[in-house]
Amino acid sequence: MLEIRGLYKTFGKGTVNEHTALKNVSLTVKDDDFVTMLGSNGAGKSTLFGAIAGTFLVDAGQIILDGKDVTFMPDYKRARKIGMLFQDPLKGTAPDMTIEENLSLAYNQSYRFPLAKAVQKKDLAVYREKLAAFEMGLEDRMKMKVGLLSGGQRQALTLLMATIAQPHLLLLDEHTAALDPATAEKVLKITVQIVREQKIPTMMITHNMQSALSVGNRTVMMDAGEVILDISGDERAQMQVTDLMNLYAGKRGKLLDNDRMLLSHT
Amino acid sequence: MMGALQLGLMYALLAMGVYISFRILNTPDLTAEGSFTLGVAVSAMVTMQDQPILALLAAFAAGALAGVVTGLLQTKVGIHPILAGILTMSGLYTVNMMVMNGAPNVTLLGKQTLYRMMFKILPFTKDVTKAVIGGVMAVLVLVLLIWFFKTHIGLCIRATGNNEAMVRSSSINASGMKVFGLALSNACIGLCGGLVAQYQGYADISSGIGMMVVGLASVIIGEAIFGKRGVTIGLISAIVGSVIYRILIDIALSSDQFPVFYLKLISAVIVAVALALPTIKEKFRYYRIRREGRRNA
Repeated sequence: MLEIRGLYKTFGKGTVNEHTALKNVSLTVKDDDFVTMLGSNGAGKSTLFGAIAGTFLVDAGQIILDGKDVTFMPDYKRARKIGMLFQDPLKGTAPDMTIEENLSLAYNQSYRFPLAKAVQKKDLAVYREKLAAFEMGLEDRMKMKVGLLSGGQRQALTLLMATIAQPHLLLLDEHTAALDPATAEKVLKITVQIVREQKIPTMMITHNMQSALSVGNRTVMMDAGEVILDISGDERAQMQVTDLMNLYAGKRGKLLDNDRMLLSHT
Repeated sequence: MMGALQLGLMYALLAMGVYISFRILNTPDLTAEGSFTLGVAVSAMVTMQDQPILALLAAFAAGALAGVVTGLLQTKVGIHPILAGILTMSGLYTVNMMVMNGAPNVTLLGKQTLYRMMFKILPFTKDVTKAVIGGVMAVLVLVLLIWFFKTHIGLCIRATGNNEAMVRSSSINASGMKVFGLALSNACIGLCGGLVAQYQGYADISSGIGMMVVGLASVIIGEAIFGKRGVTIGLISAIVGSVIYRILIDIALSSDQFPVFYLKLISAVIVAVALALPTIKEKFRYYRIRREGRRNA
């Protein structure tokens, strides 16, 4: 379970570029939650993810993961418990290393003796089985360098790397946005499948309002660094994309201005 | 030609060290010139006590320490990699002088070196023995490095050099891996210096000058032959590159066209040409495409 209490973050304090990215954000993500995150450009979604992952330290507030205060824990230590995916498929894998080497890097992280052989035979069956579930033919190319894969394949592999060691939290920052529609759909399907099977608490930023409402069990909308909407259950089930937009307009007195969000709303 | 083989195999240790920092960690590390001399100095001083094997281990450890200093300057206080290497290298001059008790050179005349030991044990001629020692050392280090870079921590170091953004967002301590990698790289370079001291029978404070270029030349010549492939092939190609480099130098110097002091310039030219080759190839390709395009226009 992730508990966020009264988070504040201001960038460029005391300069003309001062920008308050998080304003008193509090949010609790339960163990069975799959939260989709919506918001216009600069709403603070990615900043919130950065704060949770430890990319930077927050000005005030607390981040508690599974009962442990991680607010000031260095990012690489937090990463043991948090899996994270970015929009750029190149960010999550090492291109000059093979598929099996990349996977073992993620798989062995927490418990293997540093001088033990990295790619072990007994692990290969696990990798093979998990890769086969993607139906991308990756299981037969485990000795191939990752740099030779397509963006969709790399993102699928990154997803597997982020979840193979059973993280306590999965953060997805528009991880399908850079892929072509068919591949994006496929990667999203795999995501849902993995999250459901492994019961990982998940937060997913998306610009696609339709999938924000259809994927997962809860939708949170942010604006100007604040959480302005948090719906789940029946209320969410009955929500349409137009309702969501009207709700936003009503609450903030302006139109939703995420260009990509509007373009993808057809 | 025998001399080229002896030197090539011995300096293969340097080439592998440079390969680790230049290709695996993907950072230009100029510590090499200092850590090489440190290896030379430490090895000579321990060999003075008739402990040639211990001398090599000490040279290895001293090199690693130099690498740690550069690594910490890079990661903990955020100094630019090139500058961090230059700072360590420069500081090491004093350290090296201190190791050699303030003398710019130390002779090992009449002392028990690894070479003198092996001359007695091995049945070959002196020239062959010298090559064999270099070859055995190179293969030994090669095998250890190949094994190491397939272990979990070895993989983490490779990933750090390959995609630091990924390493930062996974649970690997990227800074720690960089320090470790630089330590390993300079340990190999220090060990090379240690062996060179015993080979030539003396230590000199200026032994390290130009070593960075020698190492780079070997790595690049190796890559020209084997291509850029995995770590295993890369390390082997560094050894082969080192031998070929020495042969090339041998040919250049034996042609009586060049006096010995031309060595460094020739090395620098070889490296510059090898590094420029991909760009020149690319330019030539564009030129051809343009010419074709104009013809078809």
